[in-house]
Amino acid sequence: MTTERVSRSALAEAGIGIEAPTVSAARPVGSRIERWAGNVFILPAVLVVLFLSILPLFISLSLSLSRLKFVKGGFEINFVGLANYHKLLFGSEQDHFVGVIASPSPLGWVFFLGVGAFLVWWLVRYIRAGGYGMVGLVGRVLTMVLLGLLAWLLAHTLSPGGRPGTVVVTLLYVFIGIAVQYALGLLLATLTTQRLPARRFFRVVFLLPMMITPVGIAYTFRMMTDTDKGPFQPIWQALGLGLYSWVNDPWGARAAVIISDIWQWTPFMFIVLLAAMEGQSVELMEAALVDGASRWQVFWHITLPQILPVSTTLILIRLIEAFKIVDLPNVLTNGGPGTATESMTLHAFIAWRTLDLGGSAAIAYMLLFLVTFLSMSYVNILRRRVVEA
Amino acid sequence: MMVRNVFRRRSPIALSFFEMAISYLILIIWAGVVLFPLYWLLVTSFKLPIDVNMGPFYLPFVDFQPSLHAWDYILVGDLANDTRRNYFNTVVVAPTSASLALLLGTAAAYGLTRFEYRPRLGIILSFLGALVLVFAAITLGAPWQIAIPGGVALFIILLQTVARRFKRSLKNNDIAFWLISQRMLPPVAVVIPIYVLFQRLGLLDTHAALIITYLAVNLPIVVWLMRDYFQSIPIELEECAAIDGASRYRIFWSIVLPLAVPGLVATFLFVLVFAWNEYLLALFLSGAKSQTLPLTVAAQNATRGPQWWYMSVLILIMIVPVIAIAIALERYIARGLLVGAIKG
Repeated sequence: MTTERVSRSALAEAGIGIEAPTVSAARPVGSRIERWAGNVFILPAVLVVLFLSILPLFISLSLSLSRLKFVKGGFEINFVGLANYHKLLFGSEQDHFVGVIASPSPLGWVFFLGVGAFLVWWLVRYIRAGGYGMVGLVGRVLTMVLLGLLAWLLAHTLSPGGRPGTVVVTLLYVFIGIAVQYALGLLLATLTTQRLPARRFFRVVFLLPMMITPVGIAYTFRMMTDTDKGPFQPIWQALGLGLYSWVNDPWGARAAVIISDIWQWTPFMFIVLLAAMEGQSVELMEAALVDGASRWQVFWHITLPQILPVSTTLILIRLIEAFKIVDLPNVLTNGGPGTATESMTLHAFIAWRTLDLGGSAAIAYMLLFLVTFLSMSYVNILRRRVVEA
Repeated sequence: MMVRNVFRRRSPIALSFFEMAISYLILIIWAGVVLFPLYWLLVTSFKLPIDVNMGPFYLPFVDFQPSLHAWDYILVGDLANDTRRNYFNTVVVAPTSASLALLLGTAAAYGLTRFEYRPRLGIILSFLGALVLVFAAITLGAPWQIAIPGGVALFIILLQTVARRFKRSLKNNDIAFWLISQRMLPPVAVVIPIYVLFQRLGLLDTHAALIITYLAVNLPIVVWLMRDYFQSIPIELEECAAIDGASRYRIFWSIVLPLAVPGLVATFLFVLVFAWNEYLLALFLSGAKSQTLPLTVAAQNATRGPQWWYMSVLILIMIVPVIAIAIALERYIARGLLVGAIKG
C-alpha cells in the first residue's frame, strides 16, 4: 500500500492528490501528469460547485440578513439581523408565508395526534433499543420536534377558518403529488410488465410528458381547465358548472396545479419502476403462481419487496426536485386566486420582483432548510431501514 | 439482453381474458390522459382565433376549417426572426451545458469511485473563507484587480498559520455527499448572487451565463447517477489495462466510458431535457438576446390574453426534438436511471 505524496504544493498538502493504491500499485513510477490524475478528474466539478453553488449560497445568506435600500445613485445594503425571517414567521408576511392559523377540526386533531404518536413511538423505540449516541439522540429529538411542528402547522392551517401559506401549499404539492405519482407509476409499470401485445407503444407514450417543458404543460392545462372554451366544456355544462371557473376557487386551482404535476412526473416513476420490475427474477414469481398464490399475493410478497430499494431512491429524487416547483403555479394560475397556489419558490420570485431581495433570500433559505431537513429525515427514518434490511 | 430472453419464455399462468381486458382498459385510459392534451395542442395550432374563442372544436375539417395562420406567423411571418433566434439560443445552450455537465460530472464520479481523496478540513475552510471575502468585496464594488490578489494573499497566510493545525480530513464519501447534496439547493436561493456575478462580469444575457449556470445545476445529478454506475462496473478490466501500461486518462476514455454508455445516455438525456425546458433561471439571466424557448412560450401571454394558437405552435416545435430523442433512446433511459436508483 504505497501512498505517494505528490509535491510540496498547497494542494498536495491538502492531500487531494493522493492516489488510491488499487490501480496504481502496479506502476509505482509515473509522469507528473499521471500522478495528478485524481485531481484532474475531480477538481473541475468541485470548482464549479464551489463558485456557483457554495459561494452564492453564502452571499444569499448575507443578503437574507440585510435589507436593500435604494438611495440616490444606487443602493445600500443594511444589516438587519433576523428581521427578514421574523417578518416571514411572525410578522407582516406571516399570513402569506405560514398561513392563517385556525383551531383544527376533529380531523385535524386526529392527523396531528396520529403523527405525534408515531414520532413518540419512533423515539421510544430508538432509546429502548440501546446503544445510542449523544448526536443520534439530539438529532432524533430535533427531527421529532420539527416534524411535529409541521404536522401542527398542517392541522391548523388546513382546517376551516385557516388558510394555508406558501409553506403548506408547497408541502401539499410535494406530498400529494409524489404519493399519486408513485401509485400511478406502480400500477402502470405492473400492467406494462405483463406480456401484453403493444407493450412498447404504451411504454413510449407514457414517457412523453416528462420531456415537455413545464411552461408548456402549464399553458396546455390552462386550456384544459377552461370551463368556457376548453375541451371539457360540454362536461361542465352538463354538470351545471358552465359558468363556474374551478381555477378561481383556491382548492380547485391547487388541484389543477397538482394534476398537471402528476401528469408530468408520473412517467419518471413509471419508467424506473418498470426497469426495476423487468430486472427481477421471474422464476420466483412463476414458482409462487404454480403453488397457487394469487397475483395480488405475488405482487405484495415478491414484487414489492424487490423494488422497494429502488422506490425509496426514486421518491428521494422526486422529493428533492418537487420542492422546486415554480413554473406550473406561476403560469397556470399566476399563484392565484390571491396567493392560494403560490409555492415557496414562486413566493421568493415575487419578493424578488418587488425588489425585496432580503425577503426573497430569506424565503429561499427557509426552502433550503425545509428540503434538507425533510430529505434527511426521509433517509434516516425510512430509506436506511429499507435499503439495509 | 438477459431480461428479454427471460420474458420470452411462456409464463406458467398467462393472463385470463378478463385480466387482460382490465389491464388494457387501464393502459388505454392513461394513454388517453397523456395523449389528449398533446392532441389538443396540435388541433389548437391549426385554429383561427375565432375557432378558439367560440368554444371547443375537436375535429379539423369536421368542426372547423384548419388554418396555417399560426404556423405561418411563427415560422415565416412576423415572429419568424424571434423564433429562429430563440430556437438557436436553446439549441446552443441546452446541448452545450448538458455535454459539459456530463463531462465534468462523469470525470468527478469516476474520480470518486477509483481514487482516494483526503482533503484536509483546515485548508478547505481557509480557501472558502478567502473566496467568500473576495466575492463579497467584488459584489460590494471593490475592483477585482485588488480583491483577487488580496484573497490569494489571505489564503496563503491562512494556509501557513491556522490551517496547519487542523489535522482532520474528509473522505470520498463526504465529498460525494457534498457534491450530490447541492441538488437540494433550490435555484432561487442562489440566483440573485449569480445574477450579480454575471452582471459584474458583463455576461448577463449571453449564452455563456446560461450554459455555466445550467452546468452548475446539473453537475450534482450527473455525479449521483454516474457514480453509482461506475460502482457497478467491475474494476478488474481497469487493473489489467493499468498493468499493460495504459495511462489513467486512457483507461477512463477507452475502457470505462464505453462500458458506461447506457448510463451516459440516460444521464445526458436527463440533463439535456432539464436545460432545454428550464424557465426560472432563464427568466433571471437572459434578456432579449439570449432568450430561450420557454420564455418565448410564456411571452405569448400578451396583454390581449393568451394567444393560444401561437403558443401551441411554439410548444409543439419546442417539444418535437426532445420527444424524438426520447423515443429513440427509450431503452437506455430506463436502464441508465435504474442503476443510479438501486444504490442511491
